[in-house]
Formats: sequence, structure tokens, C-alpha cells
Amino acid sequence: MAEFTMPSLGADMDEGLLQEWLVAVGDQVHKGDAIAVVETDKAAIEVECFEDGTVGRLLVEPGTRVPVGTSLAVIETGVAPAPAPAPASAPVAVAETETETGTKAEVSSAPDADGRQPPAEPAPAHRPLPVGTAPPREAVAVGPLVRHLAEQKHLDLAGIRGTGRGGRVTRRDVERATATHPRVRVTPYARRLAGELHVDLAQVRGSGELGAVRAVDVRAAARTGPTVLPAPGPPTAAAPPSPTRAPAAAAHAAVPKPEPFRTRPATASPAPVGEDRTAAMRKAIAALMARSKREIPHYYLSTTVDLDTALTWLHTHNNACPVAERLLPAAPLLKAAALAARQVPELNGFWTDGHFEPGDGVHLGVAVSLRGGGLLTPVLHGADTLGLPALMAALKDLAVRARTGRLRGSELTGATLTVTSLVEQGVETVFGVIHPPQVALVGFGAVTDRPCAVNGLLGVRPMVTATLAADHRASDGAVGARYLTTLNRLLQHPEEL
Amino acid sequence: MTYEQALDLVKTSLTRIVPDADFTALGPTDKFRDRLELDSLDFLQFVETLAELGGCRLDEDDYPRLVTLDGSTRLVAERAA
Repeated sequence: MAEFTMPSLGADMDEGLLQEWLVAVGDQVHKGDAIAVVETDKAAIEVECFEDGTVGRLLVEPGTRVPVGTSLAVIETGVAPAPAPAPASAPVAVAETETETGTKAEVSSAPDADGRQPPAEPAPAHRPLPVGTAPPREAVAVGPLVRHLAEQKHLDLAGIRGTGRGGRVTRRDVERATATHPRVRVTPYARRLAGELHVDLAQVRGSGELGAVRAVDVRAAARTGPTVLPAPGPPTAAAPPSPTRAPAAAAHAAVPKPEPFRTRPATASPAPVGEDRTAAMRKAIAALMARSKREIPHYYLSTTVDLDTALTWLHTHNNACPVAERLLPAAPLLKAAALAARQVPELNGFWTDGHFEPGDGVHLGVAVSLRGGGLLTPVLHGADTLGLPALMAALKDLAVRARTGRLRGSELTGATLTVTSLVEQGVETVFGVIHPPQVALVGFGAVTDRPCAVNGLLGVRPMVTATLAADHRASDGAVGARYLTTLNRLLQHPEEL
Repeated sequence: MTYEQALDLVKTSLTRIVPDADFTALGPTDKFRDRLELDSLDFLQFVETLAELGGCRLDEDDYPRLVTLDGSTRLVAERAA
């Protein structure tokens, strides 16, 4: 048996909001499977489990904000089979629910989420959180997650042929069915916004291309929704209403529905919405950077790197490749930064408990700025071992998902060194702020043509200023200098990167 | 390929990267990389999509023409024949 706890997805994270379970009680899970979505101040992150086993219990309800380290679920790691299904009509045992509420009160700052359900409300066929019992079975064998997915996509489960064990309808079955099902076209950003504003996309008329729903449509729907439901349930004495933090508008379908799985209880503090999210991210960055500057005695070094050879090589490579395989200058820069870190390991790792702890491998955090402000630093794991095409592909993938969708927990953690590049912003030099507990940060400015001495003559070459901010507790200037000269040397031999 | 068809492909390619792109505010000779805040990764994705939709090859040497809606449209219209 193992506990699945709220992970720390960065040094700046103290608590996280469990947004959604991606598994249900009884599901088999494997190490590395994404099993929940956690919303941090910065982004929604898919978090993975670290065990093989069966989901035994889900301890925290979606919509609850809990501190890092709180138990979220129990994973049975024995070879125990999935629990026997409960009878179709079985209501969730009251005792179980109360126990569960007690547990939650202990572990969570958001009290008594169960109090939100008025007693008069008919018990929905599927309780929001099947606690300790398997979901009720009906004619179609299907887990709550898949049922929820089908509901979201407005699919009749009875019409889907299950291909899972015992004819069970799997997530893939639902996805396959939706692929051929006419559905609302929605831009990714609008979809996220709809989730944040609790707007039912089926009720929104799209004004975009081919009737696609755009963010403006979602915002309009949130303002003028047909029926604005009050935040679900009366607040209990233990849970004072928090009008300022509750979702501003919840535009739902006019017909009252059983409460969907994902609805956030009014008693839990909701995920930051719109500008709130930007503000929350600002706050997280502020806290981390202030800590860095308070604790870390930074020293700074800088050198200018001639990129003529590297860019010529890149150009030749790219002309022989289809667009999808083209490399950006970022690829050799990052690879060289990673290889140099391997050769100068004093800068690759962490400062913890008053001493330097070298990193196990070179994992490069890459600062990616987001539309609308803020930044994330997804991690290129084992960057020193990736070939340039693989590194480029990984970088594209991480950047796209950092901006539009979801990153996984492991993709945001474990960086041993961070690289920031202001290549796009057209500035020459960036002196970075170290991301604690790391001990160094590499910066690249814009690549520009500059005059320089070439073989005793004045030449014009594409140059980049590479900088290093390093923690003087962990290393001295000589080490930093060795790093930058190594970096420079590596970039003169792009074919070896 | 007509200018209008090519323009359509260009806009579609940009919309894939910036779903909320407002083309009413973007003139044919405005530099869209600045206006839509495309970084080099975004731009590469734009070129990739455009080459795929137009069924034509777009090289790095073509990038200077892929700066405005008008320039990109003319290039694709020529290239995609």
C-alpha cells in the first residue's frame, strides 16, 4: 500500500488544488501514469504516480486545496484485484462519507465539502466521489471517469461498444466515438477558459472559423449565461461563504443536472480565474525570486560567443530537412549548455542544508514565457544525452504544452540547472536570477551581427552573449569561468553536439 | 492557387498557433510576428503548418518573405502553383 501525496511541483509551491481525478477507485495504475490534475499558482499539471498498483481510495475531493505532502489517494501495491462492484442501487454508505469528511478536515484547509449538498437533492446516479466503494454499475460497465468524459462530450454511453475487460467501456472507446461524433469546435484556450469560468461549451455559440468557439464567446457566455446558478449548496457553519473567491458566474444548462464530477465545491477555494491566475503566478514568481535574492549570493560572468560556425552548420542542416525537422539556434545553445554542465559539475545541482549536492544527470530547466505574462520552466531531462533533433523535438513539445495545455509533474521538476534565453526579445544580455535550490543559471541574449576581430581583421559575425549567474556559496568565479569557456568551445564544433 | 486561397491558408496556419488571432486588426503589411507575439518556436510551427497545408516547400531562405500576411500569401500562391 502506498500513499499518493500532493507533490511539490517547484520550490515555489506550498499547496495545490486538486482539480480532477484521472482515475477511479479500482483502476489499475502504473508508475508514470498521470492520475490527477493539480492546479498550482502557475498552471494545471498532470501528476503521475510512482507505484504500480490499484487505486484503493481517493481521499481528497476535486476542488480542494491542500498543502504539499497531503495524502490524496491510497494505491494498493499488492496484486489485489479491483474491489467487487457495488449493487447498482447502493447509495454511498453514510458512515464512509462521514469518515471521509473527518479525514478531509484533518488534511485540508477547505472544510466540510460534503455540506454543500442540500439533503433534498436527489442522489445522482453517480456520486461525485466514490469513496471506498466501486462506482455503481448499470447496464453499461463503465468507470466514473469515463462516464464523466462521455457526459462532457454529450455521448450516450449505451450507444458505445466497450472494448475493455468484460465489455467495459474504456476512455479510448469514448474518444473513438467522439471522433466521429459532430462536436463543438473549440479553441484550446477557450476550452481552458470555459473550465475556469464554469461555462458549458455546448451552450456557447461560436463566432470563430466554422463556428468554432473562441475565448471571447466563452467570456460573453460567462457574463450573460442563460441561467446563472448560485455556487452549489448552502454554506455550512463550518464553511463561511467566500463570495470574493467563488467563481463569478457559473453558466450552466437550464435544466438542473446531477452535479458533475468536476464541479468545484463552493467551500473549497476555487482555482484562480483569468486575471486572478496571472496575479497568482506573479505572486509565486515574486516569492521565489525574492527568496533567491535574499539567500543566494549571486556572482555574474559573461562572454561573447561567435556563432558563425554553428549557424552556418545549422543552415546547411536545415536546408536538407523538411520543416518539421529543422533546428532553431536554441537547440545547439541548450545542448552546449548541458554538455558544459556535465564537464563542470560544480554548477549542476542543488544547494541544500548548507552544502552542494551534485545533480544526478543534467536536467535543464528552460524558461518559457507565456502569452499574457508569466513564465514556466519545463525541464529537458537528460539534456546532455539528447541528440539535437531529439532535443529540438522535446523543446517544441514542452513549449507548446506549457502554453496551451498540460504539463506533467515530472516535466516541471528535477531541473539541475536553468537556462533563460531572451533571444526573442532583442536584448543583448540577460543576467538571470537563480532558481533555488539550483546553484546557477545560464542566460543567452539575442543573436546579432556584431563587429569583431577575425584573423587580425575586422569582421562582422553573428554573436551571442552568454552569461552565468552562479551561487557563490557553491562555487567561485574560476569555476564559472571554466563553464563559460567550455560552453564557448563546444559551440565552435556544432557537428559534435 | 489564387491570392484568396493562399491568404486563407496563411490565416489558418496562424490561427493554429494563436487561436484568438484578430485579423481585422492586422493589416496585410503589418509584421505579424510582432503583432501576434510569435517567438521562434511559434514561427517554426507556422512555417511547418503552412508548408503542409500549401503542399509546398518553404526554406529558411524564404523566411524574410514570411513576415507579413501579404508577403506570405504571395509566396504560397506562387509556390503552391
